[in-house]
Amino acid sequence: MTEPREEMEFDVVIVGAGPAGLSAAIRLKQLSPDLSVLIVEKGAEVGSHIISGAVIDPSGLDTLIPDWRTHETPIKTAVTDDRFLWLTEKSAFPLPGFIMPPLMSNHGNYIVSLGNVCKWLASEAEALGVDIYPGFAGAELLVEDGVVVGVATGDMGIGKSGEPGSNFARGMALKGKYVLLAEGVRGSLTKRAIAQFGLAKDADVQKYGIGFKEIWQVTDANHQPGLVQHTLGWPLQDSVGGGSYIYHLEDNQVAVGFVVHLNYKNPYLSPFGEFQRLKTHPAIKTTFDGAKRLSYGARAISEGGYQSIPRLAFPGGALVGDAAGFVNLPRIKGSHNAVLSGIVTAEHVAAALAAGRSGDTLADLDAALRAGPVGKDLHKVRNVKPLLSRFGTLLGMGLAGVDMWCNTLFGRSPFGTLRHGKPDHATLEPASLHQPIDYPKRDGVLTFDRLSSVFISGTNHEENQPPHLHVADLALQKSSELDIFAGPSTRYCPAGVYEWVDGTYVINAQNCVHCKTCDIKDPNQNIDWVPPEGGGGPNYVNM
Amino acid sequence: MKILVPVKRVVDANVKIRVKPDGSGVDIANVKMSMNPFDENALEEALRLREAGTATEVVIVTIGSEKAAETLRAGLAMGADRAIHVKTDAARIEPLAVAKVLKAVIANEAPDLVILGKQAIDDDSNQTGQMLSALLGWPQATFASKIVVGTGTIDVTREVDGGLETLRLALPALVTADLRLNEPRYASLPNVMKAKKKPLDETSPETLGVDIAPRLKVLKTTEPAGRAAGILVASAQELAAKLKQAGVL
Repeated sequence: MTEPREEMEFDVVIVGAGPAGLSAAIRLKQLSPDLSVLIVEKGAEVGSHIISGAVIDPSGLDTLIPDWRTHETPIKTAVTDDRFLWLTEKSAFPLPGFIMPPLMSNHGNYIVSLGNVCKWLASEAEALGVDIYPGFAGAELLVEDGVVVGVATGDMGIGKSGEPGSNFARGMALKGKYVLLAEGVRGSLTKRAIAQFGLAKDADVQKYGIGFKEIWQVTDANHQPGLVQHTLGWPLQDSVGGGSYIYHLEDNQVAVGFVVHLNYKNPYLSPFGEFQRLKTHPAIKTTFDGAKRLSYGARAISEGGYQSIPRLAFPGGALVGDAAGFVNLPRIKGSHNAVLSGIVTAEHVAAALAAGRSGDTLADLDAALRAGPVGKDLHKVRNVKPLLSRFGTLLGMGLAGVDMWCNTLFGRSPFGTLRHGKPDHATLEPASLHQPIDYPKRDGVLTFDRLSSVFISGTNHEENQPPHLHVADLALQKSSELDIFAGPSTRYCPAGVYEWVDGTYVINAQNCVHCKTCDIKDPNQNIDWVPPEGGGGPNYVNM
Repeated sequence: MKILVPVKRVVDANVKIRVKPDGSGVDIANVKMSMNPFDENALEEALRLREAGTATEVVIVTIGSEKAAETLRAGLAMGADRAIHVKTDAARIEPLAVAKVLKAVIANEAPDLVILGKQAIDDDSNQTGQMLSALLGWPQATFASKIVVGTGTIDVTREVDGGLETLRLALPALVTADLRLNEPRYASLPNVMKAKKKPLDETSPETLGVDIAPRLKVLKTTEPAGRAAGILVASAQELAAKLKQAGVL
């Protein structure tokens, strides 16, 4: 495509209207009301691609909008009861609160829909004069002389063959003095920026999990607004990391979800299957008696923490929020860090612009983030993920508890800083070393299949467009992904995008919920996720 | 020639519709809303007529809450010249009330042609165009799949049982659009940006002197019953036996 793009210039261009991008925009306008700040968002609306548990720590919002409690917000349900269970197949053992490191307490936190929080933050940003354009994906990083000068939105109306159709519309070049990539986990432009500028060369590998979420409408009898419950153990084997959450929101809604760490070895494992099985546990299923499932979604989660944070600043911009990986794994939270990283980045950008600079590398940003609340939050828990990876869930959690108590009490750990080992795509073992796992059949009431689940995620893509999941080498996919690993993509994909039909790799790209797991877990890194036509993907409601 | 295109804000076609637990209606809280797809076809056709030089101005109009302005901005981004927002917080506006409001707007605007969607995908009434044409005393062509403008007339092709029917209407006239009419364009980002500055006038049913109070009462709203599970049969004989048993053979 060589047709020239229409161009427009701004002070700051932000990719992604999640908590990080919106917070950066809000702080920029608070500091310098005259700046032109633009956000592009691939979801059809702000919040339609956001999925999170979510119990939020309000520390980020307290810094960004100190009087937020007096605003009309969707943050309504304070955590009132916090339970932690160890599950075996038939039983549940509560872990007493006093052995939990204080940082894991949810006192003072809120149960929310992060999508709705983003919708509210977008209205706050727009009131300050931020221009937000949902339905337009950042498709290409515009780099001139080694400096990121902007992003281009994707072309619209390209047919399956790659040729422009009758309703073709060329993408637009959005130029910014600084460009902030706030795409969330495994962002597609972030991936390119990390590669082009070597941002991860001094960092440990990034680690990931896949998180599922369903929202249910439960009966009055089973609803305890403010209740937060986490579990570890069954249905996962001890060598596979992960756990579940159940959060009771307002209006009889309960969010239930499951996270599986993507460093699992058995290619026959189905994270989706484990999630469905979890709901059948005697200690869990009663909550859903007479209830109705309202929505479903999935998204990869960053788990590498402190040692995996790449360099944030690059010439002409920076990574913000979970694009850089700011999830605190034992706290199962990241949005407070996304907000706080948006704030600190905005402060550095505003200062640079005020000094008449543009297109340079924000030299002090990385040190400021590590020395600030985000760095402190992540540093304390830096060994949890490596301990879980090495010792399994039971022993790993025990050692992680010791580690976190030492960090809390003495400010240091006997473990020092542990490394993560292999990246997640390299942990799969050949199928010949494992046995297929027999997952129970769905009952259509409590447990479901992928397709009926994707249906209620509201996922849609314009059908007549080239697939946005690029397989670099189809022959390799057959000889390795299928022949050696028995087609793990057919199991790790939460939306049934991938199928092997008589030796042919079928990609049902229109089902994709944009979780990015394939981009992470494919054993040969042979799948590249790029944004489809803007507005495509899930239409999450209250997620 | 001036064209008026009435558009409606509806729950997006990709959203899984959910009925409120108390059965009082469809739950639209936090749900994605879009322009009714048939109205997009109507607007696209009007824009094409303007681009072909036959029309000089395309005006869009909607009736609804504050939020309905988003739908007008979407239409302006597609290319409409200006927009009229008939503002009301009424939860339900029936087709007859819509037709009366549009009639009042048309009295002010004096368009030569009105193109609207054949029906809205939320209530599927398929009444507004027909009622409006009757109130105006204008000729109407419904379910249009092709529009050709002549001198003082338009030829409208409609898909009917067994073939295509072409009607010639004297202007001013009213046409309702079917999906086959065209493929609506995307609003490009530059056009979305420009649309923020296009004129959008506000009025209200009261200012236009129209009573929009509902005349029908909704008794209850329920979801369609789920489909019963199917069964797999091993042979044609078994299938025939099952069909006989079900009384269909």
